[in-house]
Amino acid sequence: MENGRFGRHGGQYIPETLMSAVATLAQEYEKWRANADFNNELNALLAEYAGRPSGLYFAEKMTKDLGGAKIYLKREDLNHTGSHKINNVLGQVLLAKKMGKTRVIAETGAGQHGVATATAAALMDMECEIFMGIEDTERQALNVYRMELLGATVHKVTSGTGTLKDAVSATMREWATRIDDTHYVLGSCMGPHPFPTIVRDFQAVIGREIKEQLFRKEGKLPDVVLACVGGGSNAIGSFYEFIGDKSVKLIGCEAAGKGVDTPQNAATIANGTVGVFHGMKSYFCQDEFGQIAPVYSISAGLDYPGIGPEHANLFDTGRAQYVPVTDDEAVDAFEYLSKTEGIIPAIESAHAVAYARKIAGKMKKDEIVVITVSGRGDKDVAAIARYKGVNLHE
Amino acid sequence: MSKISDAFKNGKAFIPFITGGDPSLSVTETLLFKLVEAGADIIEIGIPFSDPTAEGPVIQAADERALAAGCTTDKLLELVKKVRKSIKIPLLFMTYYNPIFVYGAEKFAGKCAQVGIDGLIVPDLPFEEREELLVHCEAFGVELVSMIAPTSDERTLKIAKESKGFIYCVSSLGVTGERKNIGNAAKSMIETAKTVTDTPCAVGFGISDAAQAKEIAKFADGVIVGSAIVKIVGQYGEQSPSHVYEFAKGIKDAVKTPCKS
Repeated sequence: MENGRFGRHGGQYIPETLMSAVATLAQEYEKWRANADFNNELNALLAEYAGRPSGLYFAEKMTKDLGGAKIYLKREDLNHTGSHKINNVLGQVLLAKKMGKTRVIAETGAGQHGVATATAAALMDMECEIFMGIEDTERQALNVYRMELLGATVHKVTSGTGTLKDAVSATMREWATRIDDTHYVLGSCMGPHPFPTIVRDFQAVIGREIKEQLFRKEGKLPDVVLACVGGGSNAIGSFYEFIGDKSVKLIGCEAAGKGVDTPQNAATIANGTVGVFHGMKSYFCQDEFGQIAPVYSISAGLDYPGIGPEHANLFDTGRAQYVPVTDDEAVDAFEYLSKTEGIIPAIESAHAVAYARKIAGKMKKDEIVVITVSGRGDKDVAAIARYKGVNLHE
Repeated sequence: MSKISDAFKNGKAFIPFITGGDPSLSVTETLLFKLVEAGADIIEIGIPFSDPTAEGPVIQAADERALAAGCTTDKLLELVKKVRKSIKIPLLFMTYYNPIFVYGAEKFAGKCAQVGIDGLIVPDLPFEEREELLVHCEAFGVELVSMIAPTSDERTLKIAKESKGFIYCVSSLGVTGERKNIGNAAKSMIETAKTVTDTPCAVGFGISDAAQAKEIAKFADGVIVGSAIVKIVGQYGEQSPSHVYEFAKGIKDAVKTPCKS
């Protein structure tokens, strides 16, 4: 069996208990991805339930203000449930249903993936349990309630740092105890094979739409595609279609927290080294003995010490570039996009907006930057208010 | 026969596990001697990992305590080197692949051989991925223990065929509460493995007392007890060695005299 390598990265570094589950998943996925009925059903859900295609919006005021390249925003924030996470979740929950599973479990950081999973589970009559780090349940209290409203059980994970990586570990442990009726809906392009491939394939709709929509509007390819990167699902979804188009620069924006030279960041490519964790070989923030570092970002969704293996390989081969963006820069961009375009981006997506502000002004006026706005920022309003010292109660 | 499989020659083997450096390296050192005194046939020493994805809460907490107390891979290698002069039974390291990979698999296997580690158990390095560590283990004569689980099904045969030292049979006793059924799963797993190999089969995960150990020893070549011991260490800390000794002795006696099935 091909075990899902992206250059030297990827693989299946998981306990024996889970090996048959991932092998079965890989086989079933190969079978269903080629099935016309499955694809018709998924495409109908994406169109009529999630609201695809999402818009590609010309941010004219932002373009004028920055005075350089034309800025387009890929509006994943307008999807049902408010982020790109629904693309992958509808695919995986439908796949789980076809596989005869009756229960789905998932990790979540900011809560976007948890909400999307709870939503799809409600729609497709699946039992649903979500694992969320205790710190994140506090940062994103509204999303916890939202998931419960959708019928999911939310488990607060207290181990380790109580953030996304601990939620992933807890979900893996849960899966190992119950695989017969349960599918693990992994939320990012990470983990053991076949997850990085499955998630990428279900998210690749973002890049396909960007290419087609931009071609209709401008008759050409973008010069730069920008997306934020935690595990990297919206970024790989945005990049994948353009990997063969060498003229298109692909830039992932990772969370530098309080700065890449401080201990409080989650900038995996800037500070990480190659390691093996959560089922995959990739880059991780860790110490000299391979202990995973307690990372930090204002964004719960980017607060992860690793990056998906396909991104690690895009970095190794030089096809994509990864840049760090700090909390301060992201918060500025959060406010900037809100005031300039009337669009409140997720704090995750604001990392990509921040980097566009750095480069667009230096680019030519006939060049094009596409920013994937992976999610909407409603969930972040209270946290940003607190960050700015505003005493606000949810 | 290897030194590890030789340890199964005097009847059923008792294989305790402790997390290295929990709550301190000096307690670990005392525990190793106490476990030998209690009759351990092989000892597994866990190198603590920040994010042990295959462990339950008891060993997760032990790993956190050990790391907080400053335990590192190098310090554990030093400790093994020190006790090796007086402890003759096989000693194994159990850890996740990342601490080994980041240390450098070749360097790690070499150091293990140098200080007297006989084998490695790496729960997140399944059969398909183990080659990258196995080459170095073989070069230095350190045995890489294979694991099989109730979910391995047809994988059991290929894993068992290539096994060395002993086969770690993962049971999930206690997690689902269906002790008998899972005991049966472990039993049939072992029967399957035995059709293709002479490698001894030891059962671990969830064995918490002498009665269960006795049950398992009816059909397994060895019994691995981890969390139950680590729990005692967590409870008594610096004072744990005498408590661990009493508990381990009880398990050893149960394992040595399994009732006939």
